[in-house]
Amino acid sequence: MTDQVMQGRVWKFDHDISTDVLSPGAYAVDPVEVRKLHVLESVNPSFASECQQGDVVVAGTNFGCGSSRETAPENLVAVGIACVVTESLSRIFMRNAVAVGLPVLVCEGIHDGFEDGQGIEIDLATGRVRNLTTGSEFQGDSLPEEMREILSAGGILAVLRAQRGA
Amino acid sequence: MGMTQAERILARASGRESVAAGEFVIANIDLAMLHDIFAAQVFDTLSDVGVGGVFDPDRTVVVIDHLVPAPSAEAAAIHQRIRAHVSRLGIGAFYDSGTGICHQLLPERGHIRPGSLVVGTDSHSTTYGALGAGGTGIGTSDMVYALATGRLWFRVPETIRFEFSGDLQPAVSWKDVILYLAGRFGSDAAQYKSIEFGGDAAAGADMSSRLTVSNMAVEMGAKFGLFAADDVTNAYLQEHGGDGSDPFGPEQDATYEAIHEISLSDLEPQIAMPNEVDRVGPIAEAKGLTIDQAFLGSCTNGRIEDLRAAAEVLDGKHIAPGVRLLVVPASRDVLQEAIDTGILATLVDAGASLLPPGCGPCFGGHGGLLGPGERCIGTHNRNFIGRMGSPDAEIFLASPATVAASALVGAIADPREVG
Ligand code: SF4
Repeated sequence: MTDQVMQGRVWKFDHDISTDVLSPGAYAVDPVEVRKLHVLESVNPSFASECQQGDVVVAGTNFGCGSSRETAPENLVAVGIACVVTESLSRIFMRNAVAVGLPVLVCEGIHDGFEDGQGIEIDLATGRVRNLTTGSEFQGDSLPEEMREILSAGGILAVLRAQRGA
Repeated sequence: MGMTQAERILARASGRESVAAGEFVIANIDLAMLHDIFAAQVFDTLSDVGVGGVFDPDRTVVVIDHLVPAPSAEAAAIHQRIRAHVSRLGIGAFYDSGTGICHQLLPERGHIRPGSLVVGTDSHSTTYGALGAGGTGIGTSDMVYALATGRLWFRVPETIRFEFSGDLQPAVSWKDVILYLAGRFGSDAAQYKSIEFGGDAAAGADMSSRLTVSNMAVEMGAKFGLFAADDVTNAYLQEHGGDGSDPFGPEQDATYEAIHEISLSDLEPQIAMPNEVDRVGPIAEAKGLTIDQAFLGSCTNGRIEDLRAAAEVLDGKHIAPGVRLLVVPASRDVLQEAIDTGILATLVDAGASLLPPGCGPCFGGHGGLLGPGERCIGTHNRNFIGRMGSPDAEIFLASPATVAASALVGAIADPREVG
């Protein structure tokens, strides 16, 4: 279940994090256990090994740009990331993230508002984001209910399985 | 308040009177397209989930175009799996290896209807906007869901409208226009938005040019890249085996996020420089750089009009020594017409190598890849690092006339000065 309000620890990244960085082409067809070890490694080599369940990625503009790779959000889920909060993001990454059950929130001012390791609280229904370390608050775009339903099911294939009673 | 073309498409598809930008809808899919990079995986997953068929076999199109003819045993095995799935699912429209590129075949074989909603496992599915259809790329899980249910969620996008006026100069084409827009507005200018291409000059553009422009709308981040369906669309539909269509476009008082007026009269040939599609300048900025390869093809510019534009530059001449000119017709029908009209003979006489209809080297799969330090100018749509082989190769993007002129000279050349 994706809780409406979640708390976690921040991993901060810059602008234009592409799907090449999230899912390097060299490992694109490897199983997820191998692929996930290389997520974001070109910008933070210790991310994959030190990331813990429930951690949150905070990033700048144009997150997930580049070619459509469902393995990009899948890798983030596999290392434990519970949510991505970013200034702006690519449409195809947004679709693919929802499809694999990874909440993504667009929130202006977020990039300057957080440092690595700070605590974050996110309310997906209202779009409200709080820095638990500094106390500052941000207003992001809330996620529509339909999208939150897909996310709490665990992705679009989980929705399909549930619809079919499988 | 009137609706934009994107809003009209999504309102109709979701059975609603009207929708507005920012709303979330569950829409019925009119057509689903899968190609050989993702089709086998999608169909396997569909079986895993326990779905025995697709929502409508007649509205599902499968194309083997990326790895053709199969460059490896693995690719051949994937193609075998796709053929088995296609026959098991009774899919009506299946275009096997050698028929052409998906984004060429769907319009050419009459699958695209103005106002319809089309999803494909390929980002350049925006191409269908040339016929007034809402075409867009989706991932594999979304496609599994769409095939199983015939439905998918969409966020109704805001729209940016371009109003074109004026006439293009000789040797300048709509490829130069879309490169110019990418350069001026940037690769994320239309992120999660729809683009409308309108104005007198857009109404005067032929279907081949419209397909080029809508194809590259995604390079500005767009979800849809739409032309209004008009007389040009109607004539194209009739010629390509379908019924004609009524005009379809935005309503008069639609709300736009921005409207940009663009005059085409002074536009020069444009070129995108490595390694970004929005690193664009007038041809003078790259002129004189020697090239190793010139590529004429792809879903952006592999049509008969594109081959003709190149043939006019190359007629009776020969490409520079040391340059490889690869010609890849976008479909078998394009190839046939190039043969019948003598265009192909002109190109081959000029020294071109002919590759079978398909994606060819466009995405770096096979058939004309680049070595380290090599430089290529192509008519395709992406020049990212490593897109056509070595990460140390350089890719420039331009119009068919510019690519042909460059092959002739052996260096990046201005088509207005050659031929
Ligand atoms: S021609 Fe190139 S851009 Fe078009 S579908 Fe094929 S690989 Fe993609």
